[in-house]
Amino acid sequence: MGLRNKDLLGLKQLTAEEIMEILDTAKMMKMVLTSGNKKTSHLQGKSVVTLFYENSTRTRLSFELASKYMGSASANITTSGSSVNKGESLLDTARTIDMMATDIIIMRHSQSGAPHYLAPRVKASIVNAGDGMNEHPTQALLDMFTLYEKYGHLDGLKVAICGDLYHSRVVRSNVIGLTKLGSTVSVAGPRTMVPIGLEKMGCTVCKSVSEAVKDADAVMGLRVQLERQQKSLFPSVAEYSKFYSISEEVLKLAKPNAYLMHPGPCNHGVEIPTSVYDCPQSVINEQVTNGVAVRMAVLYLLMARRNQE
Amino acid sequence: MKKIEIRNASHFANNEKTTLFIENGVFVDSLSGEADEVIEAEGLTVMPGLVDMHCHLREPGFEYREDIKTGTLSAAKGGFSSVCCMPNTKPVCDNAAVVEGILRKADQVASANVFPIGAASKGLEGKEIAEMGLMKEAGIVAVSDDGKPIANANLLKKVLEYASDFDLPVLNHCEDMSLAEGAMNDGEVATSLGLRGIPAIAEEIMIARDILTAEYLNMPIHICHVSTARGIDLIRQAKKRGVKVTCETCPHYFSLTEEKCINYDSNFKMNPPLRTENDRKAVIEGLKDGTIDCIVTDHAPHHIDEKDIEFSLANNGIIGFETAFAVGYTYLVKPGYLTLPEMIEKMTINPSKILRLGRGTLDNGMPADVTLVDLKQEFVYTEEEILSKSKNSPYIGEKLEGRVKVTITGGKITYDELR
Repeated sequence: MGLRNKDLLGLKQLTAEEIMEILDTAKMMKMVLTSGNKKTSHLQGKSVVTLFYENSTRTRLSFELASKYMGSASANITTSGSSVNKGESLLDTARTIDMMATDIIIMRHSQSGAPHYLAPRVKASIVNAGDGMNEHPTQALLDMFTLYEKYGHLDGLKVAICGDLYHSRVVRSNVIGLTKLGSTVSVAGPRTMVPIGLEKMGCTVCKSVSEAVKDADAVMGLRVQLERQQKSLFPSVAEYSKFYSISEEVLKLAKPNAYLMHPGPCNHGVEIPTSVYDCPQSVINEQVTNGVAVRMAVLYLLMARRNQE
Repeated sequence: MKKIEIRNASHFANNEKTTLFIENGVFVDSLSGEADEVIEAEGLTVMPGLVDMHCHLREPGFEYREDIKTGTLSAAKGGFSSVCCMPNTKPVCDNAAVVEGILRKADQVASANVFPIGAASKGLEGKEIAEMGLMKEAGIVAVSDDGKPIANANLLKKVLEYASDFDLPVLNHCEDMSLAEGAMNDGEVATSLGLRGIPAIAEEIMIARDILTAEYLNMPIHICHVSTARGIDLIRQAKKRGVKVTCETCPHYFSLTEEKCINYDSNFKMNPPLRTENDRKAVIEGLKDGTIDCIVTDHAPHHIDEKDIEFSLANNGIIGFETAFAVGYTYLVKPGYLTLPEMIEKMTINPSKILRLGRGTLDNGMPADVTLVDLKQEFVYTEEEILSKSKNSPYIGEKLEGRVKVTITGGKITYDELR
């Protein structure tokens, strides 16, 4: 079946079937990844470039390793070491990469819609690795994959997502993806960090973290950017952690074996206390491994589509 | 100057066959001799040359976007005889020297009457009132800090008071900037796109303040480009109370909505932003019941390098001269919301009255500003036909009805598609 589009811009652009195909492919990739020999030849003779305008540990490294495990030539560009520092525009930078016969450009950018802007302007496939506050599709896919592995299905699951909903591209992609596959999503955070009309995306906006977490199959924390305090979105870290963190008591409100997730990086003691972060229900470290498997799947499927053309 | 006869046109107000005579730049009963030029206007509708009380010609300072010559060529193509240009130039039009410079240049190169609007505050900084009296002597028709709302309520009060000494209308762009750090309308579409939103209340709060201030002083105020349902209702209620408030809107606010932003195309990015369908309907309602006095273009040319970039980083604004009439005709007159004369009033005599321009009529003895339109002509607006230096139009590729064929300003043919 394969993917319909040249690019992976967001979960908005994927059908439920496409998402399932990525998750099923990721299962195979995880077997490769956890076997003795990680090397495959799926991307042999192909090139993958990561173009990151924002900092990243997990996303960039997992894309880089995913492409290398699959045998592609890969390279990284970050803004600090490139002509972006000399004022080169996004379009010129992307065209330059494109003209070096690059097959896939993986990009992260601070502006929502930047990958959507580039996609029709380059021959390479664009993979959105996070655009502003809009989407982070491979993060949501790896979150969904983690739950799919644990439960064997996504249909009927209740997922709670808590924290800074306003600035979060993770919450947007997860709400879109999870609801497409039949999960229900409850969200909560300080009202100053709940964007207007969020419920129209298909989730339930709750008044408190406890309300969102109640009877959930999985609870996801979101990173709070501490500099938001200066913009009067919350008064202090102490108050935030008291009223909005996923504490032991809050987690108890979820189903007994509910999983605790976090996209990382985590502010320990702010959105999640360290004791909870390391609790047996936590799959936060497993998510990282799954991130590589999911990104291998995405690269594999996009390249398969390119090869058909 | 040429003697012109326009034959057998259909009059915009009553559809009657009309012949107009122009001599020495004004309408006359009959010509003193043979016409130098006869325009056979059978099948075309004749109306006063359009008046745009809100545009940006970008000269001086931003000639890479537009200048007085190209801007007024574009205006003439859109049927405009008169355009009022906002003062956010470089240097800012906040003193008589800049006003004189604009008028001198217009005299040499313009294809339309250019009426400069002076800054309300020095440097558009919202701190000290600008030299309104001297600028009035030099030729401004109003004052405004367009684009940079007058945030300080006390300064607004002083601007209204001082401007009244010189009978200068005050036009205010209403937006509380502390609420407006976004790239599009705030709401579910912005949330879904991950874009920061400009809430409707940013506009409405300042409209309320401006109305109350004008009411308190019993002085007139004109609200620029209204775009929200509640903002229009505030003005409606104020007019009922007898407040001397007038207002305008732009074609994009009654033809487009925020949904157009879903592809992050910055040709749908302007300020105020495109709002909801409910707001769009309210704009139409406001035009129908007379709450909204004028239709203006807010023609805002931007270079491709300022538009063909990431949505949030792109400049606000779109060009509008060449599409204003057709968009109005297609979205207001064709569906029956306004009659043609009602729409024409809002694009001619109403702005002319607010700014005391003495334009916008076909009466004998008045300056011969005429627009001839083929109401039946459908056309697809193309980038290639744009006469503005900038191409930032959301209507490129759109099918519109009602095409401007000829524009005459002060008895001079400034645009002619018949030849």
